[in-house]
Amino acid sequence: MELVPVLARWLHFLAGIMWIGLLYYFNFVQVPALKAAAADSTAAGITKHVAPRALLYFRWSAVATWLAGAALLGGNFVGAFTLAKGLAGIGIGAWLGTIMLFNVWALIWPNQQKILGMKPASDEEKNKARRVALLASRTNMALSIPMLFFMAGGLTHKAAFGL
Amino acid sequence: MKNPLDSIWGTIISGLILTAILYLAVKNFLM
Repeated sequence: MELVPVLARWLHFLAGIMWIGLLYYFNFVQVPALKAAAADSTAAGITKHVAPRALLYFRWSAVATWLAGAALLGGNFVGAFTLAKGLAGIGIGAWLGTIMLFNVWALIWPNQQKILGMKPASDEEKNKARRVALLASRTNMALSIPMLFFMAGGLTHKAAFGL
Repeated sequence: MKNPLDSIWGTIISGLILTAILYLAVKNFLM
């Protein structure tokens, strides 16, 4: 048993559970909670104390997940991303994960900074940021479904593809 | 048409449809 793939797989799962767990927390819990909290003006507790912490672990666990995944692919990294024969399944999973990482850092985080007042923004900019952040988060939630299907299949996908 | 990503169930169904499409694409064209 080689040490690097074992540690990389372990870290990939640990960080991935934190990342996708927080993604599901945002979509299943925080977004509906903020809608309800806006009605009785109690949203500040979430936006001030919960959301910034959740976002901190969310964005950095995304990076850790991707790096551990890259380490786990090792010599198959290029083959996976070019969808080479036998590696297309995990390659699709890797591409979906990479798109999701991009969404976290390029769309969700910069817009959440405006929404939460960490970056100066007008009310109009904040409204636009809310829409972009929500759609990027929902896109990641939708992508997580096929991503996990292809990731869970592992490198060979024997069960799913009859190899 | 309403954006399916505006609702949780629309998002989940979109993800499931995408899974089926990608599975068939990989199975038929990339394996």
